Amino acid sequence: MEERDDVLHMPHDQIEAMQLEGIKKTVVACYENVPFYKKSFDEAGFDPYSVSSLEDLSRAPFVCKQDLRDEYPFGMLAVPREDVREIHMSSGTTGVATVGAYTEHDLKFWAECFGRGIAYAGGGRSDVVQICYGYGLFTGGLGAHYGSLFSGATTIPISAGNTERQIRVLREMGSTILCCTPSYAMHIADTAIAMGLDPARDFHLRAGIHGAEAFSDNFRAELERKFDYKVLDVYGLTETMGPGVAVECMEQDGLHIAEDHFYCEIIDPATGEVLPDGEWGELVITTLDREASPVVRYRTRDITRIIPGECACGRTHRRIDRLHGRTDDMLIIRGVNVFPSQIEQVMETFDEVSSWYQIELTTKGHLDVVTLKAEVNPDFDFDSTGAIEQLQGRISAELKAALSVGVRVRLVEPMSIPRSEGKAKRVIDLRGENQ
Amino acid sequence: MVDQLTVFLENAEGRLAKLCRSLADADVDMLALTIADTTDYGVVRIICDDATRARDALAEKGYRAMVTKVAAFEVPNRPGGLADLLGVLDDLDIPVEYGYCFSTSGDRAVDILKVKLPDETTRAVEAIEAAGFKVLSQEEL
Repeated sequence: MEERDDVLHMPHDQIEAMQLEGIKKTVVACYENVPFYKKSFDEAGFDPYSVSSLEDLSRAPFVCKQDLRDEYPFGMLAVPREDVREIHMSSGTTGVATVGAYTEHDLKFWAECFGRGIAYAGGGRSDVVQICYGYGLFTGGLGAHYGSLFSGATTIPISAGNTERQIRVLREMGSTILCCTPSYAMHIADTAIAMGLDPARDFHLRAGIHGAEAFSDNFRAELERKFDYKVLDVYGLTETMGPGVAVECMEQDGLHIAEDHFYCEIIDPATGEVLPDGEWGELVITTLDREASPVVRYRTRDITRIIPGECACGRTHRRIDRLHGRTDDMLIIRGVNVFPSQIEQVMETFDEVSSWYQIELTTKGHLDVVTLKAEVNPDFDFDSTGAIEQLQGRISAELKAALSVGVRVRLVEPMSIPRSEGKAKRVIDLRGENQ
Repeated sequence: MVDQLTVFLENAEGRLAKLCRSLADADVDMLALTIADTTDYGVVRIICDDATRARDALAEKGYRAMVTKVAAFEVPNRPGGLADLLGVLDDLDIPVEYGYCFSTSGDRAVDILKVKLPDETTRAVEAIEAAGFKVLSQEEL
């Protein structure tokens, strides 16, 4: 830990020198091992052997989520498949998943990056880390898990769900750090309060590392009041690693990028021009030492900015601001990334309903509830007993399989979904309104 | 067999009133109406003088409506009348999906049943009539 601590306090010009070496290695490895990058660099006239400054990277073409999807499953691998120790996938199982692969080295630095979050929270051997992110292909659970193991803490891999058991474990095992989505943390707090507990007194939490969905400052303040702990935001995505790409420190003034593993640029999403520090734009990430799934200039679609200047904590790694939305239509539902196009693909397979449907996002307590309204078609025989329930059940099951999110399906009368200028407004997000 | 008009309605205030007004505007004469409801929606089943015309009129106004074939049975208006009829159907292995009472007057009652009559429809009808029940046509309602 001593040696790695030095990395976090290294003068920034040394970090930049390290980043330049990482970029040089990554662009060459991509060019030589991944046909996609060879083609894309050649077409853009970008010579990967000519990089001699960080600015040179801006001549490289971008890579976006669709490119990764097109290369499913192993087209983007820069190492032989035999060297891959673990696979994760971003949500969406309709054949449009993006794959993240990890060599032993990749897993090691992922653990280190998330582990920093626990260290930022002052966590270590004396802590008990309760991880209620979902385990599995989603990077949340195992990313936090490896980070917790790395930090030396006692790890409880309880995964998501079964809130009453979460509460029992929080009390009985005295968990000190909670890792989950912010909305689930709030749900735990509210459930505990409803059970007659006082989360601030009856639990022993010191910190919560809450990511995978955006949350407001008010929401953070409410969480901190209820649990009497400190909330740290964590950022990451499967395409570049998983949670831990950037983590907040106790100053709560932006998320420190793990600059020894990632190079971040902010671009104007319309022109692709790199923007100076302080300006808001789209975050673009290049991995510096990821072996299995390196990315060069991955467009995250997340809107943030680089916070100018140094953090009061003294760490020299630059910070990104908390996210300000996205440049595309991706929804984050219960921490899971959902694209309206995934829903559309499912709905297209049902002849019984028209193409007019609407997704309504609300919150019950603090958890997201998804309701899909669809209009029944004229030739659907709804006179048969149970026909409507059965159709609702079938649509709901297909959506659950495709999105990994439970959806309540409601069939509605024709023309009851408003048409606006011929194009349906597919998503009504009411989640902010009752918070 | 007779024609039944089935309408899919949102379970919301005023929807049934609106439906009935729309039918009145189309000069449709209703003879019976029953509702299968859930918290979100209802399925309204109607016997009227001309289900096809009613359906077209409703479709024009944006309703989801359809015409379904159902069976109308004349049964004796006495305790056990319907029980006897259902017993006969059961013996013939004819399942009943749903049903409702259409009318009662004097010594006869009419019940509507959604039944899937087997292929040899005539024989089933013959057996039902042999047991003392009458299968009514649209005109006989």
